[in-house]
Amino acid sequence: MQSADTPTSNAGRAPIAEFRAATKQYGAVTAADQIDLAIMPGEFLSFLGPSGCGKTTALRMLAGFEVPSSGSVHLDGQQVNLVPPHKRPVNMVFQHYALFPHMTVADNISYGLRQQRPKPAAAEITRRVEETLTTVRLPGFEQRRIWEMSGGQQQRVALARALINQPKILLLDEPMAALDRKLRREMQIELQSLQRALGITFVLVTHDQEEALSMSDRICIMRAGRIVQIGTPRQLYDAPLNRYVADFVGKSNFFAGPLSQIDGPIGTVSLPGQSGQGRLGQGVQKGANVSLSVRPEQITLTHSGPGLEVLIKNRIFLGEHTEYLVNHGDLGDFLILVSRQGEALEGTFEPGEPARAHWKPEAALILNND
Amino acid sequence: MRIYAIAVYLFLYIPIGIIALFSFSAGRNASEFAGFSVKWYGKALSNPFVMDALQTSLTVALISAIIAAVFGTMAALALQNMTGRSRAFFDALIYIAVMIPGIVIGISTLIAIVTVFGWLNPILVAIWPAEGPAPQLAMGLGTLIAAHSLFNMALVIIIVRARIAGMDRSFTEASADLYATPFGTFRQITLPLIQPGILAGFLLSFTFSFDDFIIAFFVAGSNTTLPIYVFSSIRRGVTPEINAIGTMVLSLSLILLITAQILLQRKRTT
Repeated sequence: MQSADTPTSNAGRAPIAEFRAATKQYGAVTAADQIDLAIMPGEFLSFLGPSGCGKTTALRMLAGFEVPSSGSVHLDGQQVNLVPPHKRPVNMVFQHYALFPHMTVADNISYGLRQQRPKPAAAEITRRVEETLTTVRLPGFEQRRIWEMSGGQQQRVALARALINQPKILLLDEPMAALDRKLRREMQIELQSLQRALGITFVLVTHDQEEALSMSDRICIMRAGRIVQIGTPRQLYDAPLNRYVADFVGKSNFFAGPLSQIDGPIGTVSLPGQSGQGRLGQGVQKGANVSLSVRPEQITLTHSGPGLEVLIKNRIFLGEHTEYLVNHGDLGDFLILVSRQGEALEGTFEPGEPARAHWKPEAALILNND
Repeated sequence: MRIYAIAVYLFLYIPIGIIALFSFSAGRNASEFAGFSVKWYGKALSNPFVMDALQTSLTVALISAIIAAVFGTMAALALQNMTGRSRAFFDALIYIAVMIPGIVIGISTLIAIVTVFGWLNPILVAIWPAEGPAPQLAMGLGTLIAAHSLFNMALVIIIVRARIAGMDRSFTEASADLYATPFGTFRQITLPLIQPGILAGFLLSFTFSFDDFIIAFFVAGSNTTLPIYVFSSIRRGVTPEINAIGTMVLSLSLILLITAQILLQRKRTT
């Protein structure tokens, strides 16, 4: 299982998997629509989107459970549309693990090896199972029964069962959906370091933006069967293509209105009762209906500084930060995140208190709604 | 409410209890208890007619249960992959097969078999190449096994279907993902997971066939199964020997039914 450090930069290398205009239709429903994507060897790529956005369909086309209705899927340069799952060099960690209940942990993990012809020697299988259990930090669990194990342990077994086959790509279908929050965080860190250590390409499907942001090299945001934007977590956060992406990656406040004026990189949006300025996002046109997107941490809250007059509605203490829900007469409710340092300067704000909210034009972003 | 319930149960089970009790009677009369004895059991088991009938019953029950378990499982697996209207149609057919009164199945099976044999036998005579009389199809062990197998298949399908429906589809997908061929997946995953259902279906089928009188009465031809033997001896008067036979059949059936029930209830397969 051990391998040398794999560089995460993949410049000049051939993609390990590719979707070319891959489309999947079930009757009148289009689950995946013209997906074009190249997955590079050794990268950690996530499909992120709400349920029904086509992310699972994309993963299942890679695994071979779904045959594209049109377009194609390629593995290692080979077109594999009609190659059945058992002939593809990829392995999957299922959402509810799908561990075989009538087998021990060792039998579950060695299942893939035992299907090979010629079958590896028994001693070799035992050794590899032991090695893999150590990799997922479950040494000595060989003879356990599946139902004797906790959710977190079951997940590690599912991971081991896939990794022992040294797949070209490891597919993960919402693997952490069934874990509690703390365990999920631990597993995220572990998965990421495992991926770095093994150098295997990971493709993750998730609806949890935090999960995608924290683990992935690249994220593929999906909606209604289509890819909306592909980029590194930072690119998606700092330069979202549209309001949908900004809403899905991190929290943001949106103020909708027509784009009334453009001055170089800065535009002006007509909002109820006032106008708001921000950097121009991709492809916004003068006169179009747009959204002014402002991240909660970009807004400064003061007792008597410049900016909008707001009323504090609610306060949530989050440890490092405090989140305020404020109301403005014309713009409605929005969120402001105040850091510890910010509080040190201005003190805290009580619900019901008036305050001022201010942001710099460069901190706001003007985005198309779609 | 509770009193009614108790009364209903007493009404149902006291006659059965009395048969079991009187089978241990030492007297000749089946309706009075004259001291404890197991001599009627000995008598029943040494009666060549009883043993013959028992052998016929066991043969029919075993063969028809095996046929039903194999083909019922195959049908259940196939039905699982059907969708929409055709699946609802076959589902309905299977439930109807279980709900139709035995006497209807008995008569209709008899008519069907007689008609088909009436067609086939002249053809057999016409194409028989060898010297001597051509073999003729007739009612007998074969028709009895066929009729029971058909009915039992419906039982097995219903039970195995329930088991398959409770099985996560991702098990077979995971197996395919881990390089198992479709047959490998069937052998290593599907079969072990539905095996308790198949076994339970087999046991229920065996019990049904072993106990069945109505269908057997119509299609058994000259063969005598145990229930047919009991029925015909009752016409000559009920003896404690009949009680003993009844009690033995009851015990065997109960054991098989309880085993089937335990298999069906067991959540995890080990």
